[in-house]
Amino acid sequence: MPVVAFEHASGPGRRDACVSDLKRTPLYDLHVEIGAKMVPFAGYDMPVQYKLGVMKEHLHCRSAAGLFDVSHMGQVVLRARDPQLAKTALEGLIPQDVLGLGEGRQRYGFFTNDKGGIEDDLMFANRGDHLFLVVNAACKDADVARLRKGLEPDVTVKLLENRALLALQGPKAEAVLANLNPEVAGMRFMDVATVALAGAECWVSRSGYTGEDGFEISVPVAAAADLANALIAHEDVEPIGLGARDSLRLEAGLCLYGQDMDDGLNPVEASLSWAIQKVRRADGARAAGFPGADVILGALKDGVDRHRVGLLPEGRAPMRQAVPLFQHAEGGEQIGFVTSGGFGPSVGAPVAMGIVADSLHTPGTQLFGDVRGKRLPVKVAKLPFVPAGFKR
Amino acid sequence: MKFTEEHEWLRVEGDEVVVGITTHAAEQLGDVVFVELPEEGAEVTKDDEIVVIESVKAASDILAPLDGEITEVNEALVDEPGKVNDDPEGDAWFFKMKVEDLSVMDELMDEAAYKAFIA
Repeated sequence: MPVVAFEHASGPGRRDACVSDLKRTPLYDLHVEIGAKMVPFAGYDMPVQYKLGVMKEHLHCRSAAGLFDVSHMGQVVLRARDPQLAKTALEGLIPQDVLGLGEGRQRYGFFTNDKGGIEDDLMFANRGDHLFLVVNAACKDADVARLRKGLEPDVTVKLLENRALLALQGPKAEAVLANLNPEVAGMRFMDVATVALAGAECWVSRSGYTGEDGFEISVPVAAAADLANALIAHEDVEPIGLGARDSLRLEAGLCLYGQDMDDGLNPVEASLSWAIQKVRRADGARAAGFPGADVILGALKDGVDRHRVGLLPEGRAPMRQAVPLFQHAEGGEQIGFVTSGGFGPSVGAPVAMGIVADSLHTPGTQLFGDVRGKRLPVKVAKLPFVPAGFKR
Repeated sequence: MKFTEEHEWLRVEGDEVVVGITTHAAEQLGDVVFVELPEEGAEVTKDDEIVVIESVKAASDILAPLDGEITEVNEALVDEPGKVNDDPEGDAWFFKMKVEDLSVMDELMDEAAYKAFIA
């Protein structure tokens, strides 16, 4: 049995896994101390799981609270003499409404390319005198280069190296974090605020990548371990590795860049049209003006011939990334493929997402996935697979 | 009990060999969520991929450790794959097989050798 040596937090990170030059997050020592299994991911030596293991970590996060180290992600600050200028400039790179985002609020977005494909997805927050962006680890250098090219010299682009990023997720996240500072209890989904935690100035957002309520916390490096220790000291909190992070986000129907979307797939095909606000669409006040606008606005108007969908395999066998999909149990052309798939611990069965041809993307549609040479039944399903726990 | 470099254990019971995966392998795999077993009666050749085992992390194959005939499979694992993590060297055996000549077992590692192998 090739007991593969366990690497697999899947995703874009796997491309560059030369162990010798792996970077470490400020919490590396803590991970090792509390028994993490470390693996290369996006150029970093990251915890894939701790002592509980993927399944129990996943379930714990859904029932109580989980702490994630996501310090490998890129934290970027955009500043201009006039904050409006930074917002206008960012609208030139993403199809989202940046100018209309209120102070203290955060929004989901993506960088697009001239073909309408997605170069990376991101969170951006209006923090008053500056914009704060969080981008994917594997893309952060390219994102910073893209931002510099598109925004400088009017806007300064700074990749922060002096802050770690933690996520506290789960139904008990609010109660746990409010122990350290009661202010966080007043935040709503996608609010951002500056909050003192563990004696440090933290930038907190009420958001996450699990489908649960929770917070993402940008903390100065010097205070990161103290804050992480204070959080895992709580009886309701367990540290959660990349393995459960992947199954949590998959059950929540959230995309992983490089798998469920990439530079060859436009946002409409990726079923992310909801993230393009009206004001940037064809009849909007600030229509177009971002890379690939012609393709993307055309796709919004005319439709597309493939869609990202949820998939529920009917048997017990997981259908993982790259499994080819067919309309029939025998014969016929391939009509799609799985982009992310595995076992959903909260669903108690395999779950997946994939790209399928238009007309076959309606929930309930019966398809077949080729797993080890056998076509196994799978149904198109509504996303998410578990109800979202956000505090709206 | 004997062990293979593929992290299987083999135990002789009468004229049959019972096969499972080691505790070490189960720990490395993580939570097992899917098991596909061979057909009873199948004739297998050493190193044939005869069991598919999927964990929350990845899919792996279990290879036939010896030439022989599959006489019984542990159907309980299909309904409860998690047994592989709970009791890998006991209840969670995968299959039993008949081999022509049990002396081939002598070439496999004993427990001390396997412990050294995974150290």
